[in-house]
Amino acid sequence: MDNHLDTMFRVSSNPHVRAKDTTSRIMLYVVIALLPATLFGVFNFGFHALLLVIITVLTTVLAEYIYDRCMKKKITVTDFSAVVTGLLLALNLPPKAPLWIGVIGGAFAIIVVKMLFGGLGQNFMNPALGARCFLLISFTSIMTNFDCDAYTGATPLAAIKAGEGVNVLDMVIGRTAGTIGETSMIAILIGAVFLLVMKVIDLKVPASYLISFVVFLLLFSGRGFDVEYLVSQLAGGGLMLGAFFMATDYVTRPITDKGQYVFGVFLGIMTGIFRLFGPSAEGVSYAIILGNLLVPLIENVTRPTAFGKKKVKKEAG
Amino acid sequence: MAKLTFGGGVHPYDGKALSKDKPMKTIIPTGEMVYPLSQHIGAPAVPVVKKGDRVLTGQKIAEAGGFVSAPIYATVSGTVKGIEPRRVVTGDLINSIIVDNDGLLEEVAYTPHEPDKLDKKEIIELIKEAGIVGMGGAGFPTHVKLSPKEPEKIEYVIANCAECEPYLTSDYRRMIEEPEKLVEGLKIILRLFDNAQGILAVEDNKPDCVKILTEMTQNEPKISVAALKTKYPQGAERQIIYATTGREINSKMLPADAGCVVDNVDTIVAVYHAVKEGKPLMNRIVTVTGDAVNDPRNFYVRIGMNYKDLIEEAGGLKCTPEKIVSGGPMMGFALFDLNVPTTKTASALLCLTHDEVSAMEPTPCINCGRCVAACPSRLVPTRLAVLSEHYDEEGFVANDGMECVECGCCSYVCPAKRHLTQAIKSMRKNVLGKRKKA
Repeated sequence: MDNHLDTMFRVSSNPHVRAKDTTSRIMLYVVIALLPATLFGVFNFGFHALLLVIITVLTTVLAEYIYDRCMKKKITVTDFSAVVTGLLLALNLPPKAPLWIGVIGGAFAIIVVKMLFGGLGQNFMNPALGARCFLLISFTSIMTNFDCDAYTGATPLAAIKAGEGVNVLDMVIGRTAGTIGETSMIAILIGAVFLLVMKVIDLKVPASYLISFVVFLLLFSGRGFDVEYLVSQLAGGGLMLGAFFMATDYVTRPITDKGQYVFGVFLGIMTGIFRLFGPSAEGVSYAIILGNLLVPLIENVTRPTAFGKKKVKKEAG
Repeated sequence: MAKLTFGGGVHPYDGKALSKDKPMKTIIPTGEMVYPLSQHIGAPAVPVVKKGDRVLTGQKIAEAGGFVSAPIYATVSGTVKGIEPRRVVTGDLINSIIVDNDGLLEEVAYTPHEPDKLDKKEIIELIKEAGIVGMGGAGFPTHVKLSPKEPEKIEYVIANCAECEPYLTSDYRRMIEEPEKLVEGLKIILRLFDNAQGILAVEDNKPDCVKILTEMTQNEPKISVAALKTKYPQGAERQIIYATTGREINSKMLPADAGCVVDNVDTIVAVYHAVKEGKPLMNRIVTVTGDAVNDPRNFYVRIGMNYKDLIEEAGGLKCTPEKIVSGGPMMGFALFDLNVPTTKTASALLCLTHDEVSAMEPTPCINCGRCVAACPSRLVPTRLAVLSEHYDEEGFVANDGMECVECGCCSYVCPAKRHLTQAIKSMRKNVLGKRKKA
């Protein structure tokens, strides 16, 4: 008679149930959230941009696969994190950059910034941004040339810095020169709202980043409360993409609540300094990787006080 | 200052619908009964019977082994077959009294009392003698809890009716079927504390219980009902104190330090039986449930009964379960074998056809911070787990690892499926063990 009772059952420590979200599902959500910006970039800049996106993503995935194989490690590409890195890097490339830029950047992002430090969860710097900064320093002329069929000349931020006027509406929609994925504030925000709704990210880092950046501009730009200027600064360059997709990267932002606010404010101030006083009109990438370096320190000083360890305030009466 | 909720926590699938609407069923056990001498926190009980003795239902078979300890009573009549180590739900072998049940259920005579005519000392003595321990799971002897150093400083007696563990409905059935025993029991406990208010703290996913209890306590100026937000672990002692009073305690404090005493539903009902009817603790309600059980429901069980018989009573199993848990899915113990006895602290028997833990391999931590957001103790579980894995005892303690209540929220939410609770628990055990030795 089989009463199902004579077997040995599985044992494990509590809890015996698990929430449904997994790492790969979260990464997939990020990929989906990046699609509006990607599609807009391809639509805006043409076929070469699409090719560049595909090549870069293929490179990052392949680089991780080959690295895992060579090091005889478990193949980790199925967690989609390499896809996220590739996509983010591609969106940070100029639309007419040669394809080999995507290959070099993708390989650098995965192998040097991510895998050499131990792979997913161990890198101290956002791989896509690390690679972008590497490319910016090594291939400056390619990485800062935003000429393409649709737009010639400077990016809107560079134009503002040079004292020229810009069309703010075009900037919000994204009809300007820039990297593939950074130009459309609207497309990026659609993706960001999706991530917020799916609870993949929250507003702690982006809001403190953007607000402190605006406050910095109000104090030091010398333009006072100039709405058009402020909006063009928010919509221009990599700020939106950086604030919602790269500063929020789990691995390289502080894990503590308070730390995330500190991190966001630090990024806002650094971006303000780089944009106002630096030689380039941009500064988001450098601000974020600098912030990444401070994460362990920020976490140390913002560790939450355990429940019941605060001085209990005596109730009145 | 009632907040009715707390920071952190999770919302797991609650599974209560399986068993919640069926009335409790009483089981008359047959065959061998096993009474482990350690069913509580503190010193093991000391047997007062020997092999071959005939015992009656309600007869004391082991007496308390110290102040923090509790006596044990036979729950059937029969002959003592022996005293030997037997496996219990935690997997440990515990010295146990084995009674061969003769099926006659011959009972000793009980002395009922009029609670109003007893003084405080007599009430506590009755509770102590009845062998009552915290039946929510911890098993702390209730008479110790009810004897704080300064009883006049106790301001709240909180009846923990939250039942926040998924699948469990035993407290719910008790509140639906015998709410008067709960209220009477609470009134008896309130007699011990002159300055205390009674709070029946129920999660708001049980609106029917809130309604019944509110109606019953309308004319009780000292008792109120608090409808707490439904969230796991609302029924954890520190969380329920915070939700009902706004006061926080840490691992080095007792509820009494915050002017509170917290007791679970079944414990309070046991107090009622002990004081009013003079009956020792012999029964408890056990939820037998899970998707592998044919007839999931609550049972009125005599302590000492074998888990296998409980499953039989619940209509047997539909299929071979992957996992069997004694207690709820968040904090219960997984059993490799069902041949263990029901104890004073066994709240449920959960049979799952699918084990979500072994179904997914842990992957690297991505630092998402969900464990931090879910931790009701405001810790950083993923960092504590790493410290534990690196065997960094000092760092673990410095980062407040000892404040963990092992509720399981961190492992539950982790998208990388890391065994955070397990890592933290084992380090805690280690540190506690060393402290005990020192």
